Amino acid sequence: MTLDGAPIEALPGDTVAAAVLAHSGKAFRTTAHETPRAAYCMMGVCFECLLEIDGKANVQGCMTVAEDGMVVRRQNGLRRLNGDTDE
Amino acid sequence: MSTKTSDITVIGGGVVGLSVAIGLLRAGNRVTVLDGADGDPRASQGNFGLVWLQGKGASYAPYAHLTSEAVSGWPEFASLIEDLSGVNLSLDQSGGYEFFTEEAEFRDFAADLKQQQQFLGNHFSFETIQGDDLRRSHPQIGAGVVGATFSALDGHVNPLRLLKALKQAVAALGGEIVNDAHVTDVSGGSSGFDFSLRSGAHHGADRVVLAAGLGAATLAERLGFQTRVRPQRGELLITEKLSERLPFLSSTIRQTDEGGLQIGGTKADAGYDDSETLDVMAGLAQHAVTVLPTLHDLRVVRAWGALRVMSPDGHPVYARSSTLPGAYLVTCHSGVTLAPFHGGALAQWIDDTTDAPNLGAFDEDRFTLSPAA
Amino acid sequence: MAAASSAARGGLRVLLLDEQPRAGGQIYRDFALNAGRKAYLGKEYLAGRALVDGLDVANVRQEFGASVWRLEPGSRVVWSQDGVSRVSTAPHVLLAGGAQERPTPFPGWTLPGVMSAGAAQVLMKNAGLLPRDAVLAGSGPLLYLIAAQMIDAGAPPKALVETQSMRSLIGASRHLPRALLAAPTLIKGLGMIRKIKRAGVPRFTGASGFVATQTATGDLSLSFNSAARTRTLVTPLVLMHQGVVPSTHMSRASGVKHVWNDVQKAYQPVTDQWGGTDVPGLHIAGDGAGIGGADAAKAAGELAALNILHRLDRLSEDKRNQRAAGPLADLRQAMAIRPFLDAAYAPIPELSDPVGDTIVCRCEEISAEAIRTAHRSGAQGPRQVKTATRAGMGPCQGRMCDLTVRGILISCGAEATVPRARTPIKPVKLGELAALAPSQEA
Repeated sequence: MTLDGAPIEALPGDTVAAAVLAHSGKAFRTTAHETPRAAYCMMGVCFECLLEIDGKANVQGCMTVAEDGMVVRRQNGLRRLNGDTDE
Repeated sequence: MSTKTSDITVIGGGVVGLSVAIGLLRAGNRVTVLDGADGDPRASQGNFGLVWLQGKGASYAPYAHLTSEAVSGWPEFASLIEDLSGVNLSLDQSGGYEFFTEEAEFRDFAADLKQQQQFLGNHFSFETIQGDDLRRSHPQIGAGVVGATFSALDGHVNPLRLLKALKQAVAALGGEIVNDAHVTDVSGGSSGFDFSLRSGAHHGADRVVLAAGLGAATLAERLGFQTRVRPQRGELLITEKLSERLPFLSSTIRQTDEGGLQIGGTKADAGYDDSETLDVMAGLAQHAVTVLPTLHDLRVVRAWGALRVMSPDGHPVYARSSTLPGAYLVTCHSGVTLAPFHGGALAQWIDDTTDAPNLGAFDEDRFTLSPAA
Repeated sequence: MAAASSAARGGLRVLLLDEQPRAGGQIYRDFALNAGRKAYLGKEYLAGRALVDGLDVANVRQEFGASVWRLEPGSRVVWSQDGVSRVSTAPHVLLAGGAQERPTPFPGWTLPGVMSAGAAQVLMKNAGLLPRDAVLAGSGPLLYLIAAQMIDAGAPPKALVETQSMRSLIGASRHLPRALLAAPTLIKGLGMIRKIKRAGVPRFTGASGFVATQTATGDLSLSFNSAARTRTLVTPLVLMHQGVVPSTHMSRASGVKHVWNDVQKAYQPVTDQWGGTDVPGLHIAGDGAGIGGADAAKAAGELAALNILHRLDRLSEDKRNQRAAGPLADLRQAMAIRPFLDAAYAPIPELSDPVGDTIVCRCEEISAEAIRTAHRSGAQGPRQVKTATRAGMGPCQGRMCDLTVRGILISCGAEATVPRARTPIKPVKLGELAALAPSQEA
């Protein structure tokens, strides 16, 4: 799959959050106040691992199983109504 | 047993009680506000933040006038409160829509607005816009919307920051707010009033304004008032926050300045049960995606029910006790819209000054007099 | 899993709704995926086989990725899967929502690279990702288990920074006689600690004053006080843990009575010995009813299933009581060690009652000082704190701040009532919710 356009790999059964963490420890997103955040609890509780996955904003990366060809993007600030954050 | 006294005690620390206190403080009174417990109904913590004129008083001219004056007083009131509190209220009065998905409801509401316009003359105007015309200016409006009404006077504030700001404004004006001071009983006589608090403490005052929302139900009777308020449940949804702004405000869909959409406007008689219910939540969501289909993927992060404070006819009550002089009842819904009046001219009426507004139309005698009388 | 297979064996048709993508819960997460691999997860993990296999019977319909967001007495269960919400009805509902890690607010805990310790374990179970050079900090049995798993996997932690002190261990030792009933658990724990020592992992105890900052190279610098000295460790990953607490959003939103458990420092639903609650038709079993761990949860699930079978006239009272003897004994044994663990590894005050600009509500970015200011301005309890500050209004709905808000209110001398939870307990899309509107129903 791709993360911000760059190819990344995931093993069968991995969640998207795990794949993003394995690729880089960097932030998954920034908050409304522009502070960086990354996956924290990995079990669906904290909502820190929100990512744009296949054009859908604010998806919990830790609750989404990675699939071939997924297009994943980090999010900057609050989501937009129509997913795509860089239009 | 500690007994404190103040010139005027306001029972109720919500938007209405705090606004009344601000008016009384500005008029030079010494004021204490007795606020209730964390778990009390507190309509001021669950509301929608509308500053709204459309449809208000369509069947009752005095209410139409009262609302109209309050709405036009909002810019000045907001800057007063913002100056006193340092809290930004995010007042936005750039106009608002009512959207309709049923032709008959659209027609009926337009007729109501016509009546309201007759009452208010050149103080109010509105537009009725057919669905297709609406979609020409706002292409994102869904095909299920048959039409809308629009008034340039309608607007909204951030309701939770308003509550916070009013508290700070009361303090800045030298008023005292007593927290967790749930009044369980009140007695009055020629020497003033005595309030029993749940904590066992007592509080005394020369005069009392009962502005306790649904908490006024039993106290009103003790102070000699006829009015019995009842709860009306409204349910609301709030969504995750958006970075972009919605292109419009409506009475059922508004975007908070933080970015989330609030969706509401339902009415139900459910006693004091403030639960959220599945059918109503789903109905609100359906309304939202009918008006704006692009909201389909936006997530609801919270839903809640809150209880409106309704008088028997739904209009405000401003009444002086006939049995206990010095006791006043102030109760209404739409406490946000009416805040400039409560924080302004209402104080003159309570102080009975020569320039006091005539509030005879809002006396509770309207509930006791028979139509023939 | 234990309740579903017990109920099915008793002749009931069972719908099992699990939010996770595969069977196993948190403890036996991804069991099928890892079976025969990842030996470092330990022998205990293998106990998941019987539970996962027990679901594979005709009477159990398993739905994964199924997020329950509302329960109504009666009982209607509203759940979401693949973007579609459905309403299922059943005369009995068993809530087995488990636990979450206690929030651990300290300066810097929102930085990327600071995670809960449980998250690292999830990564090992799910992705086979091994945290390298990580600092494990906090306290509790899970901390030792994760350290031992990391050592066995060849990625020992850089250091173990423990918040409990010798004094808390000595204080807890009065519970040891009862804990000896759970001797295998105790011995397992001692074995893990020996393994950590043998691996040469540096250990610091009685640690406090945690501060994490980001270094110029993108690593984390974790400072803390231990043995009267300030220490600083540089690491790519800080894994913090202060024990687990029941997940109560669903049970609170369902109207079940909850109380504060002052020993476990957490809210929990009030249940009877079968897991029954004051909401008709609703049982709660496992860590969601009070922390007891995996063995206790399995026994509690079996007990709840027996009671439901009895209520549905599948089992006489005598038969229920007779068959309950085994799980009741298991439950007693599993719970025997809890008083010792709860006392020895109690959360430290600075993490339940943070100060200054430490973030309390991660979603809305609300600081500890903002909570205190709200209290000084008249917010008497959790409801007014929430509306005055927005703490708890984000997508996690207070899961990461409810307990901290309580800790701060208590330290301010306020009375902290059980905070209200509302549905949907997990965010749900407007379009998905709209599809449930009465006029939409076929």
